[in-house]
Amino acid sequence: MTKKNPLSFQLNVDDFAPATEAERESLVQLRPSVSFWSDAMRRLRKNKVAMVSLVVILVIMIFAFVVPSFYPYKYEQQIKGALYLSPMHYSEDEQAAIAAGQKVFPHILGTDNLGRDYAIRVMMGSRISLLVGIIASAIILIIGSIYGAVSGYFGGKTDMIMMRIVDIIYTVPDILIIILLSITLRTPLENLAAKPGWGWVQTVGTNLISIFIVFALLYWVGMARIVRGQVLTLKQSEYVTAARALGAGSGRIIRKHLLTNCIGTLIVTTTLQIPSSIFTESFLSFLGMGVAIPMPSLGSLASDGLNGINSYPYLLLAPALLISLIILSFNLFGDGLRDAFDPKMKS
Amino acid sequence: MKEKIDTAAETAAPNVHNPEYLVDIQHERLSFFTPAGEVKALNDVSLHVKPGEVLGIVGESGSGKSVTAYSIMGLTAYPGRLIGGDIWFNGHHINEMTEKQMRHIRGNEVSIIFQDPMTSLNPVYTIGNQIREVIMLHTSKTKKQANDRARELLTLVGINEPEKRLKQYPHELSGGMRQRVMIAIALACEPKLLIADEPTTALDVTIQAQILELMMDLKKKLGMAIILITHDLGIVAGTCDRIAVMYAGKVVESGTTDDIFYHPAHEYTKGLLQSIPKLNEKEHERLIPIEGSPVDMLNPPAGCPFAPRCRSCMKICLTRMPETDMSDEHFSACWLLDKAKFEARGEEKA
Amino acid sequence: MAKYIIKRVLMAVLTIFLVATITFFLMHTVPGGPFVAEKSISKQAQAALNEKFGMDKPLLVQYKNYMLGILHGDFSLSLKQRGWTVAKIISTRFPVSAKIGGLAVLLALVLGIPFGSIAALNRGKWADNLIIVIATCGIAFPSFVICTVGMYIFGVHLGWLPTYGLDSVKSYILPVCALAFYPMAYITRLMRSSMLDVIGQDYMRTAKAKGLSTSKCLFKHALRNAILPVVTYLGPMLAYTLTGSFIVEKIFVIPGLGGQFVSSITNRDYTVIMGTTIFLGALIITMNVLVDIVYKLIDPRIQLK
Repeated sequence: MTKKNPLSFQLNVDDFAPATEAERESLVQLRPSVSFWSDAMRRLRKNKVAMVSLVVILVIMIFAFVVPSFYPYKYEQQIKGALYLSPMHYSEDEQAAIAAGQKVFPHILGTDNLGRDYAIRVMMGSRISLLVGIIASAIILIIGSIYGAVSGYFGGKTDMIMMRIVDIIYTVPDILIIILLSITLRTPLENLAAKPGWGWVQTVGTNLISIFIVFALLYWVGMARIVRGQVLTLKQSEYVTAARALGAGSGRIIRKHLLTNCIGTLIVTTTLQIPSSIFTESFLSFLGMGVAIPMPSLGSLASDGLNGINSYPYLLLAPALLISLIILSFNLFGDGLRDAFDPKMKS
Repeated sequence: MKEKIDTAAETAAPNVHNPEYLVDIQHERLSFFTPAGEVKALNDVSLHVKPGEVLGIVGESGSGKSVTAYSIMGLTAYPGRLIGGDIWFNGHHINEMTEKQMRHIRGNEVSIIFQDPMTSLNPVYTIGNQIREVIMLHTSKTKKQANDRARELLTLVGINEPEKRLKQYPHELSGGMRQRVMIAIALACEPKLLIADEPTTALDVTIQAQILELMMDLKKKLGMAIILITHDLGIVAGTCDRIAVMYAGKVVESGTTDDIFYHPAHEYTKGLLQSIPKLNEKEHERLIPIEGSPVDMLNPPAGCPFAPRCRSCMKICLTRMPETDMSDEHFSACWLLDKAKFEARGEEKA
Repeated sequence: MAKYIIKRVLMAVLTIFLVATITFFLMHTVPGGPFVAEKSISKQAQAALNEKFGMDKPLLVQYKNYMLGILHGDFSLSLKQRGWTVAKIISTRFPVSAKIGGLAVLLALVLGIPFGSIAALNRGKWADNLIIVIATCGIAFPSFVICTVGMYIFGVHLGWLPTYGLDSVKSYILPVCALAFYPMAYITRLMRSSMLDVIGQDYMRTAKAKGLSTSKCLFKHALRNAILPVVTYLGPMLAYTLTGSFIVEKIFVIPGLGGQFVSSITNRDYTVIMGTTIFLGALIITMNVLVDIVYKLIDPRIQLK
């Protein structure tokens, strides 16, 4: 192959003059460095599915917590003559009232077998389900993370004993124990509710209290294991050693290195625990072991609605679809959080 | 950066294969089409290997050395694609081969051993199973015959108690032994070319020497060519006949081992050689690194990729890619060569 | 290896014992005993029944008797279903649940493993996205939703399938599919991430470099590794299937053990509740131990000689 004549590209002497610093700098492109949080938030914002899920969660929360205060109907309010109304229909009495010039708020989801407006019941049901999910997850977070952190931090024999206990608790079948507990705690809690100042126990329902108790007794083990694992690994990280070598004190190390890395996992695990708790609560409510009547839970509404599946499907479908939506949104958002916090690139 | 249209490639004559070469890569261009954009991994790479020769490809991470070697075997990972140039191996025109044809030559005419022997072997199958697999794939041997051959190979690569080893699982062997097993698998069908992708990087220094010695020994016995990929200049010194230095997807210098070590022409090669800490240096001498940071392959600059870090950078280096003509035995892709010619011409005229 | 097995078996026995004890004492804290609510029984009849069931003896004696009884397979008599022993109830009803549960597990595996693999191999393309969507819904929607909505669409609205009982082959379809939905979705996701992980491993590159065809690489090298996490899931999957049967059998009115458990709770048939809890608990714990041991056997990396 012949060499191309260097002069054929019309080079001149100037081209071979040395390049200045400035000219060289202009070619160097550095990607800007980002902090852990802003990076994670940026990734989260870009995740369309997670963002949509977040919006859905917020909308449902507004409907569950804010709207009922302004709603013209109460969840336990039984309207005479307005049984089993289809969505957006009025009873005869109500129609008469409208004709007489009164304003009657439409039954958006109709009414149930006792003439109660279904939309408000579904909203209250969502409130209960969400509350249970969040409170249960908070309980699990607190107990689990403290237990796990202590176990991981101290290590050695303490760790071994604590983890043996966790193993045994893990093996016990939880649903069975929940059911047992709710049966057995029913009477003692009812007696407690009779005492002054404990009346709220009756409203909330003994079953629900049992559920919380079982969550506090059994369900935190998963979180404990995760936190312990994190603490154990992080204790030995090279960047912890490096920070120490550079002269950082324990406080700074814990704050800036250990905690920051833990928080991501904690947030993700808790967010994903919420739908799991809601799942369990609705399961139990469906079987009749959830909140006390007349307070509705999406699970118990679905269970009642099952009886009228042939003639009044909306009584079943509304709470069923809503609970699915809640759990799905939390799952998708939790997944999105996990992807945002994970520095390893997904694709 | 605005894209530079490679007018040279468009108007150049088609590449012609030199039948003397076992491996003949000419002006190869390969990119990875990722969600973030087109990563131009190989930007006009040309090199060749003669039968029985040992070529060392040297460069830092991301320079494209592994990508080049994999492209010979058609092992380029998705989303990579060949977008220009020609590759010839053992008379086959790789560009035009179908996947089925490629499968015939993989493990058979050309083999490869990878960097990490820990993870390169399947943990759930025995050593014997994994060696027999490649033998029975390319030859018509029975299971028993393949087993005998496997035993032969293990002895060849210096593993003792071969019968016992055949029944063991990868996690029961040490790193050095696992790499020997990889070599055994690679040589099972007596290939013409062995590609070794950083074969010793994951091993201890003492084992490193053993493995290299083994490879050179086997090369003598079986007469195959070797492409040795590494970032360690120390390894190529004692083993390679010729060396190609890569940077940012280009071969910036190539020549015999003596040429590269004693008469380095490219600034990058010079920088590499200078940065090696020497045992006989005086105390308190500073290490001399190459300044600057590696190129962003999503947006490679228009001119020479090494320009921003080069101490002899000229204005033309920033705007135009130096030539990559490989006819010389010792070649360097650098405008300094042209400058010398230019000045010589100028003096002639004057 | 043997040490590990012994350790696990001992742990299992200990936990089963613990579950039985907890169950017994919880049941007996219900004040008044099981017959108090029965309005139709006179005081003398109550006393007679209490004596018959040994409830007049001190608690610890009752506990001892009960535990010994269990070891002989005697779970005492049902309180509400006259003439039936608890053991008989369990042995009659459990095979029904086992059949449905077994079919569901099979369906979940047969569908989940291929779906997950297909998703992994077509990452980012429409097949993957579709499978991910279905799988995510599958694990999010509670089982009672799947059951009831499925029943509504296929049973009530379209009228294709029967909605209760187990008289025909067709009647198995809805309960089995509804029960299998969650585990199938879980296995799909598990398989997908496991397969993605395996495909990126170095030994897959080695396999291709040897000249193996794509299908050979997948079936021989990838699948064998990718399926290991699914084996670990078998234990929890069984536990899920058992508890899932409570819902499915209640909704589709199937005479299985799960439905029996739920109704005995409403009826306050304490002996049946106890017996079923212990039985199911023991089953779950045993299966988990078995799965753990099997996993240790098939993964050569963990073989302890």
